[in-house]
Amino acid sequence: MDFLGLRIEMFENIWSYRELFIRGIWVTLGLTAVGYVGGFILGLIVGMGKLSKRKWIYYPAKYYVDFFRGTPLLVQILLIHTALIPSMFGHSLGFFVSGSLALMLNSAAYNAEIIRAGIQSLDKGQMEAARSLGMPHNTAMKLIILPQAFRRMIPPLGNELIALLKDSSLVTVIAAGDLLYAGKVVAGAYSRFWEPYLTVAILYLLLTFICGKLINYIENRFSNSYVPSPRKSLKRFAVGGRTR
Amino acid sequence: MIKVRNLHKSFGQLDVLRGIDYDIKEKEVICVIGPSGSGKSTFLRCINLLEEITAGEVFIDGVKINDPKTDINDIRREVGMVFQQFNLFPHMRVIDNITISPIKIRKMSQQDAESLARQLLEKVGLSDKANAYPEQLSGGQMQRVAIARALAMKPKVMLFDEPTSALDPEMVKEVLDVMKQLAMEGMTMVVVTHEMGFAKEMGDRVLFLDQGLLVEEGTPDDIFSNPKHERTKAFFSKIL
Repeated sequence: MDFLGLRIEMFENIWSYRELFIRGIWVTLGLTAVGYVGGFILGLIVGMGKLSKRKWIYYPAKYYVDFFRGTPLLVQILLIHTALIPSMFGHSLGFFVSGSLALMLNSAAYNAEIIRAGIQSLDKGQMEAARSLGMPHNTAMKLIILPQAFRRMIPPLGNELIALLKDSSLVTVIAAGDLLYAGKVVAGAYSRFWEPYLTVAILYLLLTFICGKLINYIENRFSNSYVPSPRKSLKRFAVGGRTR
Repeated sequence: MIKVRNLHKSFGQLDVLRGIDYDIKEKEVICVIGPSGSGKSTFLRCINLLEEITAGEVFIDGVKINDPKTDINDIRREVGMVFQQFNLFPHMRVIDNITISPIKIRKMSQQDAESLARQLLEKVGLSDKANAYPEQLSGGQMQRVAIARALAMKPKVMLFDEPTSALDPEMVKEVLDVMKQLAMEGMTMVVVTHEMGFAKEMGDRVLFLDQGLLVEEGTPDDIFSNPKHERTKAFFSKIL
């Protein structure tokens, strides 16, 4: 069969490389997970920094975001892998360290903006009420503002996860054994491009689809209402929790 | 108990308060009235430093609150505040709204805080709402919870910033009744309000503010029946 030069029998050869693809999926997921969690924590710090009234906190945070949003991730990956890490440690620490570091630093900049916007979108009466009860600023942030702001951040943070998963394919340039790299290896081995890259695309689609489902589930659980859903309170009832 | 001296507040070019002097004694109920934009809410918010004071001094129990050496959190613990928009914490149950500050700030035990919260809920007539979330309450109920929340810190003074202005008319009374009860128990209160009935009935002193100045003050009888200043008369002629 021949459709635009696509050959079905080629997929048999790809199947024989399945180990490589499976490893690639794990590498992609690993890079994404480390980059996302690290990027979230760092983004929280930078995002709060951008809300600070103190200039020596605000400006570093602002410039950080400006730099990592204003330069291509591909350039950042190359800078970190070929320049930053070798000059700090004298040798490379492997693609996983440089790759996840680059993804983390990059997604932190985007997360910082999401977190800043989430906090700013809350009515300032919430902070005033907390402060008027005698809470110091940080306590009010932790107990009152952030729990509410996180809810509003869930949809954009979900988008960020999917974007990061796809962007992680850029680490292929530093010969990371990720999903795209597996496709590249097969493409090189057979000088065939349709089938390996199509396989890669479908596998990415599958991964983003699963992520999307996960995000939907989380979004629904933390929907607009703060009142626990009936099912949840029934469970509490059943295990003998507070029922009043 | 509260001493206000030459209080000024500007927002950029806009002078909202232009030198206010006033003394509030313990157990007094002070009602602050005036046209919108007169600075009455700003005056109230300066008393617990929700607004930074541009110039002048405010003392609470002899402590200058706008002194950089004063820990503002210590001051705010003694000054309860009730907002027009209630500002309950929507992610917490009613009882947690009330207990969070006593537990986290006063280091009260969970048990003591909860029993205090239940007493306060009973006082505001909402014993059955302890486990409800704010979004399940009506405006009047929310405002009563907000009063209970402020009272849980056992403040020396309660500030009310137009506490009934965001309420449907039929809910105004339930909130005013709670405030009356508080006043009768001897709480020192400063109330910014448009409820002239409340000011007449419960106010020990009424302050009329206009354009950032304290134009006139006196007992409700003085102010309502016998206003001396032209601006006060003009204000009443519009609203009464």
